[in-house]
Amino acid sequence: MTVATNDARWAAARAGLVRGWLETKQSLREPGDVLWYFLMPVIFAVVLLFMRGNTLPGTDFELGAMVLPSIVGMSIAFGGLTGPAGTIATDREDGTLLRAKATPNGMIGYLVGKIVMFGATTLISIVLLIIPGLTVAGDLRLDARTWLLLAVIFVLGLVTTVPIGVALGSLFKSASQVGLLFLGSMVLLVPSGIFYPITALPAWLQWVGQVFPYYWLGLGARSAMLPAEMVTAEIGGSWRTLEMFGVLGAWAVVGFVVAPIVLRRMARRASGAAVAEARDRVMAQGW
Amino acid sequence: MTQKQPSQESTDMAIDVRDLRMRYGTKDVLTGVSFAARRGEVLALLGPNGAGKSTTIEILEGFRTRSAGQVTVLGQDPAHGDEAWRARLGVVLQSWRDHGRWKVRELLDYLARFYVPFSDPRIERPWNVDELLDAVGLTEHADQKVKALSGGQRRRLDVAIGIVGKPELVFLDEPTAGFDPHARREFHDLVHRLSDFENTTILITTHDLDEAEKLADRILILDEGTIVANGSADELARQMAQGAEVRWTADGRRHVHAAEQSDPTGFVRDLLTKDPGVTELEVRRASLEDTYMALVHRAETGQSGPGNDQAGTDGTRAEEPHAGQPRADGSVSGAQAPDGSVDDGTSKNDQTQEVRS
Repeated sequence: MTVATNDARWAAARAGLVRGWLETKQSLREPGDVLWYFLMPVIFAVVLLFMRGNTLPGTDFELGAMVLPSIVGMSIAFGGLTGPAGTIATDREDGTLLRAKATPNGMIGYLVGKIVMFGATTLISIVLLIIPGLTVAGDLRLDARTWLLLAVIFVLGLVTTVPIGVALGSLFKSASQVGLLFLGSMVLLVPSGIFYPITALPAWLQWVGQVFPYYWLGLGARSAMLPAEMVTAEIGGSWRTLEMFGVLGAWAVVGFVVAPIVLRRMARRASGAAVAEARDRVMAQGW
Repeated sequence: MTQKQPSQESTDMAIDVRDLRMRYGTKDVLTGVSFAARRGEVLALLGPNGAGKSTTIEILEGFRTRSAGQVTVLGQDPAHGDEAWRARLGVVLQSWRDHGRWKVRELLDYLARFYVPFSDPRIERPWNVDELLDAVGLTEHADQKVKALSGGQRRRLDVAIGIVGKPELVFLDEPTAGFDPHARREFHDLVHRLSDFENTTILITTHDLDEAEKLADRILILDEGTIVANGSADELARQMAQGAEVRWTADGRRHVHAAEQSDPTGFVRDLLTKDPGVTELEVRRASLEDTYMALVHRAETGQSGPGNDQAGTDGTRAEEPHAGQPRADGSVSGAQAPDGSVDDGTSKNDQTQEVRS
């Protein structure tokens, strides 16, 4: 019995890989989605344009080169947080989740598929950063350590943010509320030291920034990509690698404890009646 | 019934519901629903909006937790149904815009994968996707995106998704809403095929009474949270004595008699004996719609006992003496139909034959 159960779960997980692959492919053919993947590279290109010739105060280091790693960190957080939140909310309303529930082990397939898809698409948008990034590559530190650390931060970043994204998405009453999450993320960028060194902000704002994963993912990416002497621009003059793993790890734990509870509660609520209600609302009001 | 023998029950009963109750807050949606479905049976669940049809189905599907009562579906309590149990169920959901970017075949292939481990010697799971596409008539559209399908095609895809795992029991919630007559006909053929060749038990909810009559072995009428009638379309019509309508022409005049008795044979025999000039004789049993309206009306005016599932076996109008005996001259003395309408044979002529919906 347990062998059969495990077989069935593995089959579902493998189906999830297929789902992830298909949905990634579908997403790359959808102009609306592709626009999203280009969003960060474009933002970065614009930032570079404006910062051209500006250097970090007191040094001759290109400000643009300092921003690139921060944007890498931000891309991971965005891909892992906003993406799943929006998808979960939409999939609940349009009946995708209900179908997953009606299929044996369907939720396993669904979740594996989502993780694969968000991993792949986030990776794509980070790789796209290389295009504008080439112009400042000379200022960066790029060696084996960089790639290793970036890979670790990428995986840890997704592990940290996806469960939280899933939990947040489950809490929203309707898909249209996810816009609020996006707005909130944007506001959080200010104290997260992405576009401007966090040390230049008032102390209380620094503390706010340090609560959320955005800052730490940015810091991690900076520690991977910036020359060692740039550490002086950070809080305490240190990359605080241990603290980074600590804080991100704590968020991951919170996410993995909270997400299944919230998801289960939400999945219970997903019903034909709820889907019909959402459909009627969208038909009547257009959102 | 077979209360003490759950093992036997699980072999020949697909659904067994006893005194099912559901309450949201202070509102009672189901106030004691009892019915059963044998394996291979096709059941139609009818009822006005808000009668509790969807709630009942969602409880049976394991998507909703009931407040009270006993429910057994394929031998398990749906509230604790495991994945192996789920693999034996087919749920046909009304799609809207989910999986819009998926191609039809991709989606069926993907969903079929989940059922492979649940294949057993009796039933090989899942359906072969090509055969399934053919069975629902979507072969030509296999490589189309789901969002590009028409409403009828999408509905057939919903059915295909519902049965891809070769379920032993299928729930169809208003399957043909929005179908054109042709699509409806094809869908009915598909349901017949499922029940005849695959011995699939099917529970269907619908607002379409014709559909219920065509597809179902047995019809359940749910009203105000309880089953008010349970039987074949024929049985329901017979239980409700209202029904038969006899029309004939005599002396160039068209006559209509609404027999209050469910069996108009006696009336017709009398009529033919007494008036040899009768032509164009026509006997029409009340349509399921008439029966349905009467049953719901009776339930809502409190004329039947609460929570019964054999409504209409007693205390119905069948026992009442019926008005309007045929006279020797073949005319009818103001026969009064149970709904209070009076026909006198003269005011109604050929156009009354168009009354049926």
